[in-house]
Amino acid sequence: MHTISMTVFDWAILMVYLGFVVWVGFFLKKFTKTDDDYFLAGRRNSAFVAGIAFMSANMGALEVVGYAGQGAEYGLFAMHFYLIGAIPAILFLGIFMMPFYYSGRIKSTPGYLKERYDEKTRVLNAVSFSIMTVLSSGISLYALALVLKTFLGWNWDLSIWLSAGFVALYITLSGLLSAIFTEVIQFFLIWGGILLLPILGIVDLGGPTKAFENLPHVYTSLWSITSSASDNPMKLGWPALIFGLGFGISFGYWTTDFLIIQRAFSAKDVRSARMAPIISSYFKILLGFVVVGSGMVGLALMRNPHSGFELLHTGGKINYDSVIPLLMMRYFPPGLIGVGVTALVAMFMAGQAGNMSAFNTVWTYDIYHAVINKKTSQAHLIWVGRVATVAGILLSIIGAYWAKSMPTIIDYLQAIASWILAPAVAVILLGMLIKWISPDGAFWGMLIGTLVSFAMFMALQLGWITPGAIAPGGEASAMAANFWRALWAWLISSGIAVGVSFFTEKRPEAELVGLVRGLSKKMESSDVPLHKKPIFWASITLIIFVVLNIVLW
Amino acid sequence: MSEDVLQMKPIWYFVGLILIIIGVIVLLAGLYYLFEPINFHIELSGLHTSIWWGVVLIIGGCLLSFLNRKPRDL
Repeated sequence: MHTISMTVFDWAILMVYLGFVVWVGFFLKKFTKTDDDYFLAGRRNSAFVAGIAFMSANMGALEVVGYAGQGAEYGLFAMHFYLIGAIPAILFLGIFMMPFYYSGRIKSTPGYLKERYDEKTRVLNAVSFSIMTVLSSGISLYALALVLKTFLGWNWDLSIWLSAGFVALYITLSGLLSAIFTEVIQFFLIWGGILLLPILGIVDLGGPTKAFENLPHVYTSLWSITSSASDNPMKLGWPALIFGLGFGISFGYWTTDFLIIQRAFSAKDVRSARMAPIISSYFKILLGFVVVGSGMVGLALMRNPHSGFELLHTGGKINYDSVIPLLMMRYFPPGLIGVGVTALVAMFMAGQAGNMSAFNTVWTYDIYHAVINKKTSQAHLIWVGRVATVAGILLSIIGAYWAKSMPTIIDYLQAIASWILAPAVAVILLGMLIKWISPDGAFWGMLIGTLVSFAMFMALQLGWITPGAIAPGGEASAMAANFWRALWAWLISSGIAVGVSFFTEKRPEAELVGLVRGLSKKMESSDVPLHKKPIFWASITLIIFVVLNIVLW
Repeated sequence: MSEDVLQMKPIWYFVGLILIIIGVIVLLAGLYYLFEPINFHIELSGLHTSIWWGVVLIIGGCLLSFLNRKPRDL
């Protein structure tokens, strides 16, 4: 395969972007005076800025390139990751959970666990989250180097060190403030780089009515092929989609992963914090059409022998993740190639910056300040955050080289997330809903849920059990097993948390005001006009969600 | 919250600026390759995507920058 040729125009665009993110780091440093400025961007962002940063943190290249690959392999079915796998959880976060999260005394999701339960539950979650974040960052860095080497012919080591260096620079200088600033820029660059792909692809395929008409029904349907797992190429029946993806995986990620939620925490008030995920839900649906649409263009082209389009082959298998870079090579002239490559680099940097800003916050507040040094100044906390950023980046680089020596680690990324996030969402949700859930119940629920999820994963890997053993009905693909495992981890964590709470000491109600349903203080004014109410915009998303599921049935 | 922050131009202004700069480069590339043929094959090259997409980026950037030119809260 020949690599993408970059002209002076393309290099100029990439340099403008890289120069800009470095400038942002230095420019915003003077606005980073308090720990709230550094770790929560001063909590002065509008709903729109927080919402776009919320979305941008989810637009890492592993997501965009990976889900376009799913579109090329499974067709429209991959839209489930953008609909049932995202929208209900995002809306639930904005409508129900954010009022409990958003508080002056809570600076992170582990911070909520400290306020609602106790220190040990917070530290358990903080440590596991930190490990997951650094590992994800390392894998993301590895994936970046892989894409740049494969499609641009760039040197592996240089790609890793340079991109990590840029992220380290602007996050170290200005923390979440520069992360959000650059994420908003990256958001527009990513759209500028990928929005054209499905448009040009559809034009190339003969227009909207003809583009996908030759694809078999299994590639153009969402639900009509889910009555049995064997009816669709992803081998997912409707129970796995609704309960496994829609609850087990999706709620863990969207309502608990601090990498995403931190962006909403940066909003200026609770209404804006609630609006942030709701605003992002519109972009999430649109992104699904662009990303999965690009993948489907690749699928339609592959099935047309006259198109001359072919995906890469890696290890004798089709590398579906190559669809976005290959479509760029097919359609983008000089100039646009620069926008496309900058979009790819921006995706990776957005993902990595998200990981690092979440890591430095959790490390500083929930591990260092909570366990190592409880009495310290704001200036010292910012210093610790900066050191944590550099250390986190260095650990990510080690992780990237580890992933290079063991590429299958990428396949485990979603699994690692489900060990940690599914048990966490169980105890957080119970904590918000039921006032008598005790600190010991939460701690043991989360710990045992994580261990059981890990044990199920290992048993599947070692062949001790089949995927069908953990799926109702006894038939499941590896992906369905992943979904069911997350749901089991959630149910087991919940069961243990409830059971242990019967026998252990509860927190007094007076300490739980604002943290549990029924004990909440009113944080929002009721005389807000309808068009500014989160429930109004969430209802519109919900209607769009239902209509799309019916239309694409 | 410091006075410095209150005086800062909104983030949308900077988004607009970068879109204008990138749009101009894309447009220039499109115009340049109108007269200097590319030495490799691109599908749909007759659409001159660089030219109109460059214009779209410039217009979007100008709108964002102009509407958000006054300093205000982040």
